[in-house]
Amino acid sequence: MSLQFNKEQMTEFNRLVAHYPEGKQKSALLPVLHLAQDSFGGWLPTEAMDYVASLLSIEPIEVYEVATFYSMYHLKPMGKFIFEVCQTGPCMISGSENIIAYIQRQLGIQPGETTKDGLFSLKLVECLGACGYAPMMQVGKIYKEHLTKDKVDAIIAEYRLQAKA
Amino acid sequence: MGVKLLLEKASVPGIRSYDVYRREGGYAAVEKALKEMSIEAIVEEVKKSGLRGRGGAGFPAGMKWSFIAKPEGVPRHLVCNADESEPGTFKDRYLMEFLPHLLIEGLIISSFALGSNDTYIYIRGEYAWVATILEEAILEATKNGWLGKNILGTGFDCMIHVHRGAGAYICGEETALIESLEGKRGNPRIKPPFPAIQGLWMRPTVVNNVETLAAIVPIIKMGGEEYAKIGVGRSTGTKLISACGNINKPGVYEIDMTISVEDFIYSDEYCGGIANGKKLKACIPGGSSVPILPANLLLKTAKGETRYMNYESLSDGGFATGSMMGSGGFIVLDEDQCIVKNTLTLARFYRHESCGQCSPCREGTGWMEKILQKIESGKGEMSDIDLLWDIQIKIEGNTICPLGDAAAWPVAAAIRHFRDEFEWHINHKELAQTSNFGLQHYADPIHVPA
Amino acid sequence: MSEQILFKVTVDNITIEVPAGTTILQAARQIGGTVAPPAMCYYSKLKGSGGKCRTCLVEVSKGSEKDPRPMPKLVASCRTTVMDGMEVKNITSEKVIDARAGVVEFLLLNHPLDCPICDQAGECHLQDLSFEHGASNTRYEFQRRTFKKHDLGKHIQLHMTRCILCYRCVFTADELTNKRVHGILDRGDHAEIATHIEKSLDNEFIGNVIDVCPVGALTDKTFRFKNRVWFLKPMDAHRECPICSGRVTLWNRGDEVFRVTARKDEWGEIEDTPQGKPGWICNTCRFDKKQSSDWVIEGPRAISRQSVISQGHYAGKVGTHIPNETFSAINEGRAPHLLMDIHNESEVNQTNIHLSENEGPSNGSTFNQNINNA
Repeated sequence: MSLQFNKEQMTEFNRLVAHYPEGKQKSALLPVLHLAQDSFGGWLPTEAMDYVASLLSIEPIEVYEVATFYSMYHLKPMGKFIFEVCQTGPCMISGSENIIAYIQRQLGIQPGETTKDGLFSLKLVECLGACGYAPMMQVGKIYKEHLTKDKVDAIIAEYRLQAKA
Repeated sequence: MGVKLLLEKASVPGIRSYDVYRREGGYAAVEKALKEMSIEAIVEEVKKSGLRGRGGAGFPAGMKWSFIAKPEGVPRHLVCNADESEPGTFKDRYLMEFLPHLLIEGLIISSFALGSNDTYIYIRGEYAWVATILEEAILEATKNGWLGKNILGTGFDCMIHVHRGAGAYICGEETALIESLEGKRGNPRIKPPFPAIQGLWMRPTVVNNVETLAAIVPIIKMGGEEYAKIGVGRSTGTKLISACGNINKPGVYEIDMTISVEDFIYSDEYCGGIANGKKLKACIPGGSSVPILPANLLLKTAKGETRYMNYESLSDGGFATGSMMGSGGFIVLDEDQCIVKNTLTLARFYRHESCGQCSPCREGTGWMEKILQKIESGKGEMSDIDLLWDIQIKIEGNTICPLGDAAAWPVAAAIRHFRDEFEWHINHKELAQTSNFGLQHYADPIHVPA
Repeated sequence: MSEQILFKVTVDNITIEVPAGTTILQAARQIGGTVAPPAMCYYSKLKGSGGKCRTCLVEVSKGSEKDPRPMPKLVASCRTTVMDGMEVKNITSEKVIDARAGVVEFLLLNHPLDCPICDQAGECHLQDLSFEHGASNTRYEFQRRTFKKHDLGKHIQLHMTRCILCYRCVFTADELTNKRVHGILDRGDHAEIATHIEKSLDNEFIGNVIDVCPVGALTDKTFRFKNRVWFLKPMDAHRECPICSGRVTLWNRGDEVFRVTARKDEWGEIEDTPQGKPGWICNTCRFDKKQSSDWVIEGPRAISRQSVISQGHYAGKVGTHIPNETFSAINEGRAPHLLMDIHNESEVNQTNIHLSENEGPSNGSTFNQNINNA
């Protein structure tokens, strides 16, 4: 198998599994899938899911069932930075539609697409629990809140710069 | 200025760290509970406090604790529900982000009372940085002897584990949360058996909301009776309200449940009035699942009495003219907002979040979204409104878990109170694409079916 | 043996005593007839099944002798156990009838209604349910859901569009095989049965998923488009099988065995063997033993008189061959009056096109393609 956790990732894997009683290692599946996604290029190829299954001694189908259920796991390659923009009620009444349209125009992609340079993906998501700071989006592990057009421009510039570094 | 029990220290610089939190009197409640009180006495104080579950259902917390089965030799678990996903609700995030040690303190006392040696915090996957804050706080607490083996020499062992979800609203339902914690799809279980008998890994389990568990700290500090004196009727203590939408000051507020809705919206201490000088149109007072109320029914009950921010008053009039306290997600809509569109985004949310296990919810949520989309995009027919009404009736109460109800209620309430706006959308298809129904609703007597 | 505790329960005004721990549905089935609520997902032989489809919802008008309060909501009778003195309303409750009509509508919402080309037709629980509780029209006007096709191997045909997500096949695989390869993927209204990466289901007992499937989502590939169940004659038969009980029902036309299934009781569930174990059958018995000589025939299988299968009285002459008699011979010389010759009207009915060669639900264009290929 070519996909494998390196030493550091393996330490993290062991730390995650240690949270659960012996014989209940399947419980670590969600956190381990997060680790796998972060470790293997931001998405979960079948190979990665099979690898996780073998690590946790469960059947691959048990991993597929879980990975397809939760919205945070990506089952196809994504851009380096994923703009996950909230479109639910509170964000909508605070103007998320304009922000979404603006991001589309600035990046030249539709929701669900990735820019040609592989840098950005746009994904519309449902409530992320930041309704008081709407409109907002999540990029990786960070929330970008109180979005305006200027702020969107700054964020895009920031990540372009980060990609070059 | 209302009483502050949870957020009292929120503005103290560095309160997130253990040292500052401890200096400000933190962990005194753990000392009191573990050293001076028996398990029964703690449960008794929580019962006396009248504390109701802060996650949305409002079930008395002390009673929930007393249900936990205690079979010989079987470990029990406390699980903290931090899967805050109800649109409009972001109070738990605030609490965990700024006062992580308050939650941990509440968790230690509650774990002790329930006999949980391994306690889990199930946090929604998107709150990744909050999970990191919690993990750091747990590490600090462990280093200082508040967690681990033989805490304070009492012989009680306790460890708190943070478990990150991965994006599923349904995991806020306690049995779905347990399934998810076991590494499975978040399909709610069919009850009975209830978690108190067979929960996590089929062991007796109590699942409590973040705010509920944090409230244990002031209850232990001041005693259940004193806590119950705050507030009114069966709405005891303080409640966190996360206010959002078209208001001047969105944010998380702690209220003592004696304040009127009008004061909450318009006073400078809280929401600070409607943003941009607009007028109030409607409000969803307890998270997206609860019925939306038009301005007049929001500020006054159908009987013409002032409506207050508490469990009883918000639900006064039942679903015909009232709503619910829910999770405290207070969503305010101004005159420019379209009720049809707002209902559509909520319907889309519930369709997206339905686990797909039971047929009324799996099929019904998608159907409602499609019809609302049809009306919104100017293709609606009058019969669609009645059809929507009938679909929500067929979903409500007939599903495995409350997600079906949560999807049905917003649609029902929108039609109940704003039927004229739906009709306007259908009668003025082109106009509705470019303009807004606004406040026309209020020129006529409000249509309220019996 | 310790004394068994018996509970009195009344369903639709009929009282019965059942052991404590019995579900409302099982109690109602003991009474039988229309008192028994329909069940699409519950399967008594599968641990963990039930509670999902919501067709078996009933009203509990009295909780028990001790606590006579009615239950606030309708309950899933398959997963609710009886209490002593409980009173239940099934078809005597208007609320139940309404809710059930709603559930049927939801189940049919995205169902393709391709019964004319579905092998399950005639023994489909969804057909029965719709007939009894459904409306004649749908109020759904949007495009129905479709799925990417999944091949489950040479034995089992999956039609995901027909699936009602009862989870029975998942429980079956959990119970009978040690390595489940199919499951429920995705969520909400896009949840589907699949293997994720295309894999064939080839466990020796996996064929039983066909028998537990209440609809035509999982059907027998070796029987696909071969015949309609109401043209077949079910016969109980057995063989010495080294793997399973070998007790089956053969579905014959003349001497030809068209398909083999496990024996099913009046609720459509697998019958127990004389040893009291569920009579699951192996793939060899089901898919490979298609000769009459493979089997010891026991006699005709009793089929409910309500079933369309029992309507096909093709005694004697009907075999697999086209009958020699002409219509006019049968009609004592009177020639049939043809309104139109359907073979001339539609290409679909051309006799040289074999339905079995089509993949999945077919329409006019599929047939045209076949004609062009022929």
